[in-house]
Amino acid sequence: MVHLTDAEKALVSGLWGKVDVDEIGGESLSSLLVVYPWTQRFFEHFGDLSSASAVMNNAQVKAHGKKVIHSFADGLKHLDNLKGTFSSLSELHCDKLHVDPENFRLLGNMIIIALSHHLGKEFTPCAQAAFQKVVAGVANALAHKYH
Amino acid sequence: MVHFTAEEKAAITSIWDKVDLEKAGGETLGRLLIVYPWTQRFFEKFGNLSSAQAIMGNPRIRAHGKKVLTSLGLAVQNMDNLKETFAHLSELHCDKLHVDPENFKLLGNVLVIVLSTHFAKEFTPEVQAAWQKLVAGVANALSHKYH
Repeated sequence: MVHLTDAEKALVSGLWGKVDVDEIGGESLSSLLVVYPWTQRFFEHFGDLSSASAVMNNAQVKAHGKKVIHSFADGLKHLDNLKGTFSSLSELHCDKLHVDPENFRLLGNMIIIALSHHLGKEFTPCAQAAFQKVVAGVANALAHKYH
Repeated sequence: MVHFTAEEKAAITSIWDKVDLEKAGGETLGRLLIVYPWTQRFFEKFGNLSSAQAIMGNPRIRAHGKKVLTSLGLAVQNMDNLKETFAHLSELHCDKLHVDPENFKLLGNVLVIVLSTHFAKEFTPEVQAAWQKLVAGVANALSHKYH
């Protein structure tokens, strides 16, 4: 279970409120596909992924990034019960999508980098530490139903 | 061996040439100690590490961060030969400092985050990808002499 102090929870929700969530989603997913190219195997039906700029501008990638980040945002409202919140998504990623759970940690890192990119100086070390806790918790919750 | 294209090398050096080693080094090392608190065990003789503020303001951390980033400058100049460049430092970190090599990956990620907050628009996904390749290569090179 993830334990965030009240100060950390306030940091997370305060900063989350300042970013364009859809943009964070699009950037995080695109970066994942560019920086860790093997992840493209899950998105082969998404059209043109042939270059970094093709990936970044791909409408299907942006739409799916939006979907993913809204799920993530749901987790932010249920930090005390991430495993319950992500239980059925965990089963989906294991049983239907066959995604190696290591990729959840990689995506979590991409979300952190996208946040740092948008927030600049406001993304203080304490903010980074709080968000790092959250993405680790979400990654664990998504891996929890794997068998 | 890590292979860098000409574009990747250019992406890396274009950022590196603008990095303030002390500022970025201090911030990178400081964030590591805050976000991954167990890493403080290597720096117990560095004085006050009792809070995020203390860590970020600690002059010995800044100085050591500068030293670490200066070493990374060696990587930027020797991208085609990272293992040999870091052979001696690898032995030092294994035999004398007893640092778990996993921590090299963590430091690499923190550096990418710091660069991302400092360089914003310039830090495109392609630039990010090149830097992630470099820090992964350095982490491997630093682990190479472990036994």
